[in-house]
Amino acid sequence: MQDQLEIASATGVDLQVKVAGPGARSYAFVVDWHVRVLLALAWFIIASFAYVGSLEFIDPDDAGFGNYSLIVIFPTGLIYGLYHPVLEILMRGRTPGKRIAGVRIVTQDAQTPGVFAILIRNVLRLIDSLPVAYVVGLVTTVLTRQSVRIGDIAAGTILVYDSDAQAATRHAPTLNPKAVEEFGLEKTELIYELLERWENLDVEKRQALAGSLLSQLRPDETVPASRYKMALERLIKR
Amino acid sequence: MSHPQEKRLQQRAAHWQDVAALLPQLEDGKPISEDVLKETLQHYPELARDLAVARRHAPTSRVTRHLEALYAGLHRALFRAPGSTYRDALKLFGEDIPAVVHELRWQIFSVSLGFILAALAGWWLVSTYPELSALFASEAMIRTVQSGELWTDNLLNVVPSSVLSVQILTNNIMVALTAMSLGVLYGLGTIYIIGLNGMMLGGVFAFTAQHDMAQRLLEFVFAHGCVELSVIAIAGAVGFSIGEALARPGQLTRTRSFQRAVQRGSKLMLLCVIFLFGAGIIEGYISPDPRFDFTVRVAVGISYWVVFVLALGGWRLLRKSPAET
Repeated sequence: MQDQLEIASATGVDLQVKVAGPGARSYAFVVDWHVRVLLALAWFIIASFAYVGSLEFIDPDDAGFGNYSLIVIFPTGLIYGLYHPVLEILMRGRTPGKRIAGVRIVTQDAQTPGVFAILIRNVLRLIDSLPVAYVVGLVTTVLTRQSVRIGDIAAGTILVYDSDAQAATRHAPTLNPKAVEEFGLEKTELIYELLERWENLDVEKRQALAGSLLSQLRPDETVPASRYKMALERLIKR
Repeated sequence: MSHPQEKRLQQRAAHWQDVAALLPQLEDGKPISEDVLKETLQHYPELARDLAVARRHAPTSRVTRHLEALYAGLHRALFRAPGSTYRDALKLFGEDIPAVVHELRWQIFSVSLGFILAALAGWWLVSTYPELSALFASEAMIRTVQSGELWTDNLLNVVPSSVLSVQILTNNIMVALTAMSLGVLYGLGTIYIIGLNGMMLGGVFAFTAQHDMAQRLLEFVFAHGCVELSVIAIAGAVGFSIGEALARPGQLTRTRSFQRAVQRGSKLMLLCVIFLFGAGIIEGYISPDPRFDFTVRVAVGISYWVVFVLALGGWRLLRKSPAET
């Protein structure tokens, strides 16, 4: 499997995009499937109560079936069927499920796909969903180099990890410049990350991590385990 | 002690925040001002330099991940293909679709011929072996015809036109898209769909002819059928071209050949889907309504079909060539 897509850029620094595998793809699909089922169901329930007054189906032979199918059944099917193409176009290659899974659709040169490409990849769901439960699509994603299904191959699209620039922004500028100068970027980040996660980690695990980090950063100092947190905080507050 | 480059990198954090603030308006696809463009062009090489340093000195750090995301965003914004919805639509319908029709003319001809042959085969089968009508018509349809009525006779008493239109156009769009998509099976799926639909049409007509009702069925079908059947043939041709691209990719790789065939055919399918909406409305409002006589149905069917052919690129034939002008 190809892990990374590298796109040459005018600056000489290649753009590197991580390719999403079958796991991330399936996760996004399962979330989206639940969202679209819930949306379609919500419409069905609201429209049924508004039109019929209950959740009972109207018999096709009844006089009111025409309006019932136009108001209740058809829009329900439309929400379910057009969920992917409409949202992928509006959200520029993303859907709620893809957002949660941290992936997005891009073209082979990492651009946002156009309307045609999105329509093609969605029409070919007809093939990818054969014979049941997207078996063809799943097998294709496992077998292909870029983990793509037939719809993606046809549309020239690929699912990649969508780096969260906003989340990273929250951390990047807050690093103490003196700490960065003394310990380097990666180690300073490790201190920040460990302190952020301190309360969520098991006592044994955090002490092992802190001990290991301190022994690398301050090999000459002996810090008792009970003061690990304080010692780390001191390192980034100087 | 860290590398001096890492310290320098950290001092650039404020610039990255500027880029992060700029990205949402760059990514929403709307036109941007000249100032924003200048700012973006200035940030791009600077960010590339920062990213190169970050990749070398701290490849797994959050800062690097952050810079990768910003760089990707800027890259996407700067190298996005220029687009104008109006211009693109004009090019699609004015140039691309006629060009695709011209390119696929032999496939369209072959599939249409195959459809006609399948219809004749269906007619011959049911005419020769009447008991085979059960293969092409449901039990209820057979009973209705045997009682001297067509299943389409009282359609509007059962389902209103609006519902009928929606049901029909949804079904037709699905059939057309399936005929195209099944081309992925090296064209065999498409051949199956075209053959089956052709045989059903011929078989049902033969069955109604045995009860002297073929004329009435033709009256029902004509208004919407001209475009509907043409669309099925075109969808089959697109599917067939996809299968052909897979089986005989020529000088391209199989993947590229497949992509090219699907992307080319999809333009044509978009036009077909648009016309299926019209055909659905005709089938819901005109075809089952006994107030419209055969002349009106023929006029509607042929007019709509002529519009369809013109939209496929036939309008080019109406233009005088440069030599003539």
